[in-house]
Amino acid sequence: MSRFKTKKGKGSPAINTSSLPDIIFMLLFFFMVTTVMREVSLKVKLKLPQATEVQKLEKKSLVSYIYIGPPVKSNLYGTNSRIQLNDTFANVDDIQEFVAKEREDRDEADKKFITTSLKVDGITKMGIVTDVKQELRKAGALKINYSTRKGRDKK
Amino acid sequence: MAKRAAPEINAGSMADIAFLLLIFFLVTTTMDVDTGIRRILPQPTKVDKDVIQRNVLKVLINSHDKLMIDDKPGSIITLKNKVVDFMSIHPDDLSYPEYSTIYIKELGIDRDMTKGIISLKSDRGTSYEMYIKVQNELAKAFNEMKDELSVDLFGIKYNQLIDKKEIAGINIALPVRISEAEPEDIGK
Repeated sequence: MSRFKTKKGKGSPAINTSSLPDIIFMLLFFFMVTTVMREVSLKVKLKLPQATEVQKLEKKSLVSYIYIGPPVKSNLYGTNSRIQLNDTFANVDDIQEFVAKEREDRDEADKKFITTSLKVDGITKMGIVTDVKQELRKAGALKINYSTRKGRDKK
Repeated sequence: MAKRAAPEINAGSMADIAFLLLIFFLVTTTMDVDTGIRRILPQPTKVDKDVIQRNVLKVLINSHDKLMIDDKPGSIITLKNKVVDFMSIHPDDLSYPEYSTIYIKELGIDRDMTKGIISLKSDRGTSYEMYIKVQNELAKAFNEMKDELSVDLFGIKYNQLIDKKEIAGINIALPVRISEAEPEDIGK
C-alpha cells in the first residue's frame, strides 16, 4: 500500500486547459454574431431628452436615422443645430433624396415598415425639427420615432 | 523507409489568439436598443377638415416653452389629467367632444368612441426637450386610458397583454389622436 502512495507526485495536478480555446471561441462567436458595427461617426452632439413612455424599436435593419444637433466642431461649423445624414452635414432639401435612397436599399416587402428615427439633441429648436418633419411627410416617410432615453418618473 | 509521424502543432497559443479577437469584438460591440416615442405623420395631401371646436383640445407651446391648453395657460403637470378628462365620454355635456357608439369586432363590444382630437402646435423657437416632455405626457395619458380599458376587459394591464387580437382591439378602441398641425408662428 505504501508503495503506491510514494509513487504519486506531490503538489496539485495541473489543470487540463486544452478546452480553454473552445470556450473562448464560443464567447467570440457570440460577440461576432451579436455585434453591430457603428455605421456612422457622429458629427453632432447628441444629448437625447428623457421620456418615460418609451417603446423599443424592433427591427434595427428597418430603421433609418436622422441626427440633428449642434456640431461637435463648434469653432468650424458654429453652434446652431445642423442635420446629419449618414456621414455628412445636410440641408433640409437633402432629406427627400435620403429617404428615397434608404428605401432603395430595403427589400420590396419591407419598404412600408421603414421607420425614421429622429435623434435630436434636447436644446435644438423645434423649427428645424418641424422642417424635417414636413420634408418627411412630402417624401412619404410617415412612420417616425422621436428617439429618447428612458428616464424615471420625476415626482 | 519508415514513415515519420507529422510533428504535432503546438496549440497553446490558440487561446491567446482567440482572446485577442474576443476583446476586439467586446470593444466594438454596441448593444444599445433604440427607444423612443413612435408617431405617425399625417398624409401630406390631406386637407384639414373643418373640425368642430368642441372636438379639439388645443395644446400650444410657445418659444419660451410655456404651455397653453385650450386657450388658458397651463402646466405640464396638469396636462395628462386634462387630456384623459377630455378624451373620456361625458354624456350630455356640450363642452366635451361628440361621441358615437361603434361596434368593435376584435373586442366584441359596443363602445362609445369620442371624436376628440388633441391638436399639438409648437413654435419654431420651442426647445425639443419641452416638445418631447409634452409628447411624453400625451403618450402617458393615452397609455393610462389603454391600461384602464384593458383592466376592465381582461383584468390585466395593456403592456401585459399577449393576445394580438386583444392588443389590436384596444388600439382600435383608443386610437392615439394627436394632430401635429402645420407649423406656424405662435406667440410672437
